[in-house]
Amino acid sequence: MANISSNFLGIKSPNPFWLASAPPTDKKINVIRAYEAGWGGVVWKTLGSQVKNVSSRYSAVDYGGQRVMGFNNIELISDRPLDINLKEITEVVKLFPDRATIVSLMADNNRESWHELIKKCEDAGAMGFELNFGCPHGMTERGMGAAVGQDPEIACMVVEWVMEKATIPVITKLTPNVHSVVPTGRSVVKAGTHGLSLINTIQSITGVDLDTFVPNPYVAGKSVFGGYCGPAVKPIALKMLTTIAQDELTGKVPISGIGGISTWKDAVEFMLLGAGNVQVCTAAMKHGFRIIEDMCEGLNNWMDEKGFKTLNDFIGKSVPTVTHWEDLDINYHHIAKINQDKCIHCGLCYITCEDTSHQSINLTYGKPYNTYTIKEEECVGCNLCKLVCPVDNCITMEEQRVAPEYINWKMWQEQGLPLNDH
Amino acid sequence: MAIQNNRLTAEQYEQNFSDIHPPFETHNAALVEANRCLFCYDAPCTKSCPTSINIPKFIKQITTENIKGSAHTIFQSNIMGAGCSKVCPVEKLCEGSCVYNLMDEPAIPIAKLQRYSTEKALANNWQLFERKKSTGKKVAIVGAGPAGLSCAHVLAREGVDVTIYEKESKGGGLMTYGIAAYKVTPQFCEDEVNYIVGIGGIEIKYNQELGKDLPAGRQGITLAKLQKNYDSVYLAIGVGLARQLAIPGEDLEGVEDAIKFIYEIRNTKYEKVNVGDKVAVIGMGMTAIDAATQAKRLGANEVTMVYRRTENEKPCTDVELDIAKLDGCNIIWLAAPKEIKGHGKVEQLVCSKMQLGEPDASGRRSPVDTGETFTLNVDMVIKAAGQIPYEALIKDCALNNNHGKLIIDANQSTNIKGVFAGGDAVNGGKEVVDAVQAGKDGAKAILNYIMPQMHE
Ligand SMILES: Cc1cc2nc3c(=O)[nH]c(=O)nc-3n(C[C@H](O)[C@H](O)[C@H](O)COP(=O)(O)OP(=O)(O)OC[C@H]3O[C@@H](n4cnc5c(N)ncnc54)[C@H](O)[C@@H]3O)c2cc1C
Ligand SMILES: Cc1cc2nc3c(=O)[nH]c(=O)nc-3n(C[C@H](O)[C@H](O)[C@H](O)COP(=O)(O)O)c2cc1C
Ligand code: SF4
Ligand code: SF4
Ligand code: SF4
Repeated sequence: MANISSNFLGIKSPNPFWLASAPPTDKKINVIRAYEAGWGGVVWKTLGSQVKNVSSRYSAVDYGGQRVMGFNNIELISDRPLDINLKEITEVVKLFPDRATIVSLMADNNRESWHELIKKCEDAGAMGFELNFGCPHGMTERGMGAAVGQDPEIACMVVEWVMEKATIPVITKLTPNVHSVVPTGRSVVKAGTHGLSLINTIQSITGVDLDTFVPNPYVAGKSVFGGYCGPAVKPIALKMLTTIAQDELTGKVPISGIGGISTWKDAVEFMLLGAGNVQVCTAAMKHGFRIIEDMCEGLNNWMDEKGFKTLNDFIGKSVPTVTHWEDLDINYHHIAKINQDKCIHCGLCYITCEDTSHQSINLTYGKPYNTYTIKEEECVGCNLCKLVCPVDNCITMEEQRVAPEYINWKMWQEQGLPLNDH
Repeated sequence: MAIQNNRLTAEQYEQNFSDIHPPFETHNAALVEANRCLFCYDAPCTKSCPTSINIPKFIKQITTENIKGSAHTIFQSNIMGAGCSKVCPVEKLCEGSCVYNLMDEPAIPIAKLQRYSTEKALANNWQLFERKKSTGKKVAIVGAGPAGLSCAHVLAREGVDVTIYEKESKGGGLMTYGIAAYKVTPQFCEDEVNYIVGIGGIEIKYNQELGKDLPAGRQGITLAKLQKNYDSVYLAIGVGLARQLAIPGEDLEGVEDAIKFIYEIRNTKYEKVNVGDKVAVIGMGMTAIDAATQAKRLGANEVTMVYRRTENEKPCTDVELDIAKLDGCNIIWLAAPKEIKGHGKVEQLVCSKMQLGEPDASGRRSPVDTGETFTLNVDMVIKAAGQIPYEALIKDCALNNNHGKLIIDANQSTNIKGVFAGGDAVNGGKEVVDAVQAGKDGAKAILNYIMPQMHE
């Protein structure tokens, strides 16, 4: 059995799965249930000044008959009294000293408020802090949350205040509502943050009600942009994570990966791209805490299969494989191959290539089943047919290099090689 | 016990004749299946539908909650799409070709999804087609069965004024009078006919029989009269007469024709229909299955189906055979009726034991008498050895035919100019869906004939 225990900034947890700061972590009963279910840690729902929430608060994007492919919310930070939160944090830490109990913070925009909040939370027993520079709604209008994270200078200033006071590890959570997460990331690392986490939610409208004409979620005939999360945001989160992991400054600090993680596979992908651990919100909100069981078991089995003993054996392993477009090998070529024994003659590959790719699939009429074959000389190896084929491994991509040597786009131009294959 | 009615309680009848393929209860239930559909290109299911319904499209439209669009897609190809969703032998048509079969996964329940959309259209009377301005052209159709109705709807859409002459007092043809009660109810058939004529421009004249020398009291029409009064005539009279067995004892009391038996079930209350205690059903087609299962469901103690070939040659599908088996019908293969015995009433059915001989011209191995016989003690014999066309009527009308089956050319036309035909009357008896397609083809040909300039 592999060892899946995690050490993030010196904060230990039996596994690398934390619950992200959100409703699942906003009070003692939830957190106790989460720990009993097996979660490695929680980032307590963001504490700060007193707020008032509205109703309703959430909406979702369904896809292909599946609910909640994407999820959005217009909730604020914790709307419970600070004292109760602090008391409960103390109790939880006492009951579960082996778990990582981190507290998310978003104080008013001045040094005193931050210092006061930090002191209270440390006294309550917090093991680390996560600075919420990412909440995209409600708090921004008060100059907090994403309003801080979107401005590297303000972010830097706030982190400096925090570092003056904090005696426990500090993670800064980045907002994705920027062109690039790197500038703020660099700025807060320079200001001394111990680690980074990303992403928070992405500003969004999940849809418009076709009867009321009001977007979701609905609040008395109006709506606002909500923060988007869940499986739909995973690709964006992975990209942002990679830019942080590859940057020479931000890549040096531990990164907690967040955004659309629902399974152990998602988690492994984040870790391969540089996340030291991961945080989960939507998946738990959709299914409850019990999903942790398969996350741990799946990770363990995968590590055994790959021969990884500890998480550090693979964290960051894929980071160097993401390169610049102009460094890609132009002589690499692969073409689609259809396994006729597996093919169920649905024609999806054909119509997709015919209408929108390179007209590289032959159709031989049959009643009721047509036969589809690849025109090898036409195929550009785009993968589209393989992606749409409903049968696993029915279409495979077979390597057929154009030439053995590596050549990239710059070299190609220098050598004046021909353009436009098709 | 002998032949009698009222064998069961009201609840038992109710249960025995309830819908054999229950519909989706909720939109969600339909969505689960609709979302499984892969939206195949040049879809095998569509190619296996005689009316070529664009199946992936109508299923996709269920998932986008465009149910009107979904129903329109179905009706565009098959105006009896609602009825077909209940009576089509889909296991050998669309569902039989669904690509999921090739993954050894259950096929998409196409019929059930089709029923989902079309039932909503019928229930809400969504008239999804707009009839074009009247062209002043008039067409007479004989027979308000699937072929006639389908032809009428296409013509009506194009602005033709259609009059249907129907010998019965209800429309729908064998859909109303022949098909098993647990597949479609009389009420449904009536609703479907009303929905179809709802487009306007179609008048059905009931109790009007085409034929010469009518018995006193029956109003008559002749082909000549129709030809004179209309721009074109479409014959969709189906096949009606039951094939005789031509064995001794066929006239004993208790020997019934399956079509008549089923007609009664469809036309009277279940408790009023007579059925034997021990029933033999002759044949293994759809009609035989329907007769056997319904005899059982009416309360017969023992139902035995006898068929002269083996299971491999049976004309019904596996699914249908399973219905009969699940209803507890006995099946005897390689048995041909030789004689029906009894004193006034049926007492015994004597059968010859058969064996399969050499393949005939069509490659089918034909049954050969072994000389041995066996006897079944029965009090009722239902004959379902197929139907035969209205040969006399057709000959009287001087229409070219093959043993009563109308002969048409590639243009759906009979030998008489302006007189077209289709459906069971031409093919000798297939499925509803084939008749619907024939009606469409007929309508197209008629439009070409009466308005050549518009339909080049
Ligand atoms: C017992 C039985 C069960 C069946 N089960 C199924 C099934 O489950 N699924 C399926 O798809 N198919 C089934 N079929 C076949 C299906 O019913 C026929 O293929 C279909 O109805 C043929 O349509 P049609 O319009 O050609 O003829 P019909 O449905 O026979 O319609 C012909 C119409 O013309 C009328 N008519 C006849 N002669 C005259 C005349 N001289 N003047 C005026 N009107 C006349 C008749 O009254 C009738 O209304 C079954 C058939 C039978 C007999
Ligand atoms: C209802 C809801 C409330 C949230 N509240 C907070 C919060 O108070 N502080 C915070 O840092 N992030 C908050 N988040 C963002 C999550 O912590 C997380 O970054 C985001 O949901 C992406 O992860 P996921 O795709 O696993 O949900 C909230 C998310 C949701 C859905
Ligand atoms: S890989 Fe792309 S170009 Fe090649 S056959 Fe598939 S879809 Fe067509
Ligand atoms: S998509 Fe796959 S299964 Fe479908 S026709 Fe193409 S190769 Fe066959
Ligand atoms: S073959 Fe099956 S999966 Fe494909 S379109 Fe038809 S019903 Fe859908």
